Order: sequence, then structure tokens, then C-alpha cells
Amino acid sequence: MPINYYIFLSITLFCIGVVGVLTRRNAIIIFMCIELMLNAVNLLLVAFSKMHHIQHAATNAAAGIDGQLFVFFIMVVAAAEVSVGLAIIVMMFRNVHSVDVNFLNRLKH
Amino acid sequence: MSVTQILFWLLSVLAVVGAINVVISKNPVFSVLWLILTFFSISGHYILLNAQFLAVVNIIVYAGAIMVLFLFVIMLMNLNADTEPKKNKWLKLISVVAGGCMLLVLVAALKDADTAKQLAQTKEGDIGLIEHLGNALFNQYVVPFEISSVLFLSAMVGAVVIGKKSEQ
Repeated sequence: MPINYYIFLSITLFCIGVVGVLTRRNAIIIFMCIELMLNAVNLLLVAFSKMHHIQHAATNAAAGIDGQLFVFFIMVVAAAEVSVGLAIIVMMFRNVHSVDVNFLNRLKH
Repeated sequence: MSVTQILFWLLSVLAVVGAINVVISKNPVFSVLWLILTFFSISGHYILLNAQFLAVVNIIVYAGAIMVLFLFVIMLMNLNADTEPKKNKWLKLISVVAGGCMLLVLVAALKDADTAKQLAQTKEGDIGLIEHLGNALFNQYVVPFEISSVLFLSAMVGAVVIGKKSEQ
């Protein structure tokens, strides 16, 4: 497949995630949209690693493997981020009995 | 159209439809389920690119672990009722326009890029297999791998400390 199809698919998914973060007020859905953006970037990294591989496969049999390992590390960081982020959301729900992000402006008082 | 192209378009449509439904669903539980559909179609894309290890890890970690965590939190907090207050309609419209502008700018900037004509290898190429990834991970990338274990430990401690009920 041409690489620009993957680029446009990833851009579309990323922009849907951005719109979700901007339009929704439920903190959990905002968090899920962030996961969606992370996955769009992961997909593009894998596609680029395969593009790099097909160009340099003759000289270096492992060309492009770094991109896939970066995706692996992004997944690791995302898992850690989700565990801490959901703990923060649960704590916020326990304190203000809502997951509406507009309540978070109380932080400034 | 070859089978690869048909699969590509099918998986792309599934991913985009799932992503749009994540944003527009009123009920958070439905949002989680649509997001799982999106993750599965992205895993399908990985298989199409012959990145089999990442496809399996994506299903296990994202669709398996992270989404179950989201479902637990939503159901424990009893948020599945439609409780989200109405947001200002103009604010929503402006947000959608802003996202659309970002889409437009990125597509316009990248459609004539040098790489646009190059191919991403599908169905073949063995760098995505676990043998090669494991070799690279435990030789070149062993230090980041160990550091990520420290990251997990600190995340675990952080989640327990934050989630614990305060004493008073």
C-alpha cells in the first residue's frame, strides 16, 4: 500500500481524537480520546518502519526494526499512564462526585 | 482491487467509524466498546503490515487490559447513566471546526510530501516477527527495557497512593 494512505488514515484518527478532547466534558472520554491519538501515532510508526524496511532491506536486514520497538515502548508508557490517570479520576470522583472536567477549575481557587 | 487493498479499506472504515462513535456516544460504556472495535481494526492493520508481535500486544494490552480498566472504573462509579451536562452548542461547533482545520492543514501539508509515492511493505518482511524484535529488544534496547520496569513500579506505587482512601 502507498504510504500516504496510512498517513491520511492516521491523521483522520488523530483529528477525531482532538475533536473528542475538545468537545466532551467527561474526563474518562477525554482520556479515551487521548488513547485514540496514541494509537493513530503507533499505526503511522509501524507503517513508516515497513516503508524504511522495504527501502533498505538489501543492505540491512533489520532496517526499520527501531520503529516497531518504539511502538512497543509507547504501549508500555501508555499502560503506566492509564493506571495513574484512572486513579486520579477515581480520586476526583470521590472528592467532587463528578467526572466533569469543568469542576476542575476549582484548582485555581 | 487485490485482497490487501480490500482489507485495508475495510479496516480503515471500521477504525474511523469506531473512532467517530467514541466521540459521539452519549453513554460512556458504548464509547469503550466502540474504542475496542477501533483497537481491533488497528490490530488488523498491524497484521496486514506483518507486524504480528505488535498486533498481539495491541490486543492484549489495549483491548484486553486498558479497556477493561476503563470499563471497571465506569461501572464502579456508576457513570453509565446519561449524566453528562449539555455543553454550549457553539463551543461544540467551534471545537469541530478547529479539529477540521487541523485535519485540513495536515492533509494539505503532507499530500505532496516526498515520501507520498513510496510503498509500505504489506504481507511480507520479517522485522515484525517476535524473533527479530526480541533480538533487538534484548541487545540494543535492553537499558530502556529495564528503565520501563522502574516506570511500571513507580506507576503502580503512584496508583495505589493516589487511589487509597485518606485516613481522616
